[in-house]
Amino acid sequence: MTGPILQTVGLSIRFGGVEAVRGVNLCLGERELRCLIGPNGAGKSTLFKLLTGQLQPTAGRILFHGADITGHHTHAIARRGIGIKTQVPNLFDGLTVREHFWLSARRTNPRPRADAITDEILERVGLGAVADGVVGRLSHGLRQWVELGTVLAGNPELILLDEPAAGMTHDEVARTAELVREINRTHPLIVVEHDMQFVRMIARTVTVMHQGAVLVEDTMDQILKNSTVRDIYLGKHGGS
Amino acid sequence: MDLAAVLALEILNGIASLVLISVGLAIVFGMMRVINLAHGEFLMLGGYAAIVATNHGVNIWIAILVVAPIVVGIIGVVAERLIIRVLYGRMIDTLLATWGLSLFFIGLVTTIFGNTVNGIGAPLGAIAVGRYSISLYRLLLVGIAAAILVAIYVVLRTTRVGLLARGTMENPNMAAALGVSPPHVYAATFGVGAALTGLAGGLLAPISGVLPTVGAAYVAKAFITVISGGTAIMAGTASAASLFGSVNQLLTYLTTPVIGEAGLLAAAILLLRVLPHGITGKLFRGSL
Amino acid sequence: MIAVALGAPLVVDQFQLLQLTVFASMCILALSLGVVWGYAGILCFGQSAFFGLGAYTYAVTALNLGESTLAIVLAILLPSVFAALLGYFMFYGRLSDVYVGVITLSVTLIFFNLMNSTAGDAYRIGVARLNGFNGMPSLPTFNVPGNPGRLLDPTETFYLVMALLLIVYVGLHAMLASHFGRVVVAVRENETRCELLGYDVRRHKLLIFTLGGAIAGLAGSLFANWGAFVSPNVFSLTTTSQIIIWVIVGGLGTLVGPIIGCVVMQYLATELGTQQLANTSLIFGIIFLAFVLLVPRGIVPSLGVVRARLSAGRARSTA
Repeated sequence: MTGPILQTVGLSIRFGGVEAVRGVNLCLGERELRCLIGPNGAGKSTLFKLLTGQLQPTAGRILFHGADITGHHTHAIARRGIGIKTQVPNLFDGLTVREHFWLSARRTNPRPRADAITDEILERVGLGAVADGVVGRLSHGLRQWVELGTVLAGNPELILLDEPAAGMTHDEVARTAELVREINRTHPLIVVEHDMQFVRMIARTVTVMHQGAVLVEDTMDQILKNSTVRDIYLGKHGGS
Repeated sequence: MDLAAVLALEILNGIASLVLISVGLAIVFGMMRVINLAHGEFLMLGGYAAIVATNHGVNIWIAILVVAPIVVGIIGVVAERLIIRVLYGRMIDTLLATWGLSLFFIGLVTTIFGNTVNGIGAPLGAIAVGRYSISLYRLLLVGIAAAILVAIYVVLRTTRVGLLARGTMENPNMAAALGVSPPHVYAATFGVGAALTGLAGGLLAPISGVLPTVGAAYVAKAFITVISGGTAIMAGTASAASLFGSVNQLLTYLTTPVIGEAGLLAAAILLLRVLPHGITGKLFRGSL
Repeated sequence: MIAVALGAPLVVDQFQLLQLTVFASMCILALSLGVVWGYAGILCFGQSAFFGLGAYTYAVTALNLGESTLAIVLAILLPSVFAALLGYFMFYGRLSDVYVGVITLSVTLIFFNLMNSTAGDAYRIGVARLNGFNGMPSLPTFNVPGNPGRLLDPTETFYLVMALLLIVYVGLHAMLASHFGRVVVAVRENETRCELLGYDVRRHKLLIFTLGGAIAGLAGSLFANWGAFVSPNVFSLTTTSQIIIWVIVGGLGTLVGPIIGCVVMQYLATELGTQQLANTSLIFGIIFLAFVLLVPRGIVPSLGVVRARLSAGRARSTA
């Protein structure tokens, strides 16, 4: 193991009087699948925005493969190999599914290879049937998969998923978990989720955030037994 | 020494002029986020209203201070109900529709009044400062501009009406739940913005005369001022107008009026590069 | 369109040929905004600024050199450079759509004011007097490259302009099908997602905006050549709103739309001008309002929707 793929040191961001992310020290290994959970407002999505350069931290550093990427532009960070499926899906509503994957793949591949990758991803994510459908008209679950496929088509090294199971049916959730596990065979991931069933399907190490800071980091079983974690969720989610 | 005084007054004039032409737009943009490209035409209509009234025997002060704002205010309310309200939230479409409205007004006024310049003389005469003479009317404009800014601040901050308006702009659903009718507030706000613009048009008519196309000269500057000022109506307009008025007048004095105008635009572009949300997006945040 | 190009000089008289020539030149201008606004989603309300810069650059250069070839080249280059500078400030400053619209509008208005005030002997570039609101008359028209004595006659000019229109149209079509063009459209759809995929959105906007400026500049030189005259009106509010109307009426998001919108509106304007029925601004204003309120997508896309509905209806009735 050559060292963590992603590391944050004291990462913080302050909006006026509120510190949305407080001194987060995160360390992600090469093949890890980390789940990031916490109640609403804990700072999870904000942390993702910091990692992808959509927000600039007010303190701390972000290291990707040991290189400091703090304060870099979004597209520069994306080029280094961090891909993200955002909390509210960011898609090209007027374009087709095929076009999404193609644009993602084409940036780093010549046309023939990009075409091939597009077909591969269509099959992998199971969207072959709607390949030429306009994304704006697809159901929410399909849109989530479109975004996932779009991110995969660019072959990033690290994949961030912000609520990939949100708004999905039970079957869709299971399928997504399967996809995530399959992706993890070759790529590290950080997954933010509220759906505890989903988290349990994929989780190994879990980081719990609360009020902008990391509360505890442990395996899923230990987290479920942790009374502090249960408290902060105030009985909303948790084991069943 | 006289020169300095006159120059200072020229600068104040420039600032006051910018304030007058911009404040109506600032209200409409600042509170409703509506970009009214017919703004220049509201100014033009105010000027025409004042001139027509005066030519028909109405006292010039009443024509400027009463007739102009009322006429344009009514036009504004009608436009709001028929066009703006339909397109509320669709910013680009609002831009285009108000552009169409502006063309419509230009065409209408040209058809009715023809293409020639109309004017009325500036009342009040002049006083002498050393070797120069200063128009008292222009001094009055400076005073009126300041008074308008103060009045807006007072109304928004201290009166119930102002509070209702601010509340509705922030959260129309909540305001409706409290018994306020958002459509009425929008119509009234747009009407007030239009009326103030009509007033400005009337006030400026003795100075620059009116043509159907005179709006175009003002619209660029008004927009630049409002956007550079940011969302705070009073503080934004005041600060942007002060900055640009000074730049414009100083450059005009040192070189030519055209360079002055170009300087205003350059200053605006630079400002927006540094402060993309306008002056009050960063400084004087949270003020009115 | 090709049929019109080849057949027209044989069929119409000289006056109509000149009309067609200027219509075609304006179509090129319409295409420039059609691509910048319809495809890239950039709200440029001052496209006339680049058009006017092209026209004036041609005028000044041609008057000074007596030869048109370099004048045309500069008429494309100068507006491009200006567009690049302006674009840099706007897009790298991450100004929002609305501000872009207002700033570009202001730029063209300021040029209008600027050029209007250049009357008098003092305002000259080389031998070319700018003449302020009077405009610059007697411009040298296009000549065969390298042969200043041999001017192009109206038929040859018509062929040239039609050829240029075709080249611009085909070129833009190809560009939009390319990787770059597809990214530009994606930028219009969702800038954030483009950035997250590693594309530099600012650079793409800058490039397409500059291209639009170049094409508009070309149209400006064609316009100056057509009338052998240029005045500050090329920068006016009327001109810039005309360009926008063409694109709205024809349809945002297509290349054919702006061409159709331009021809229709140009024809209408000419008819209205000769009939003296009603003020042009009045009619245009009403058309503007009508289209925005009732037919927001413009002619071509709306026709597309109608056609789709008709064929769906036909399919249903035969099933």
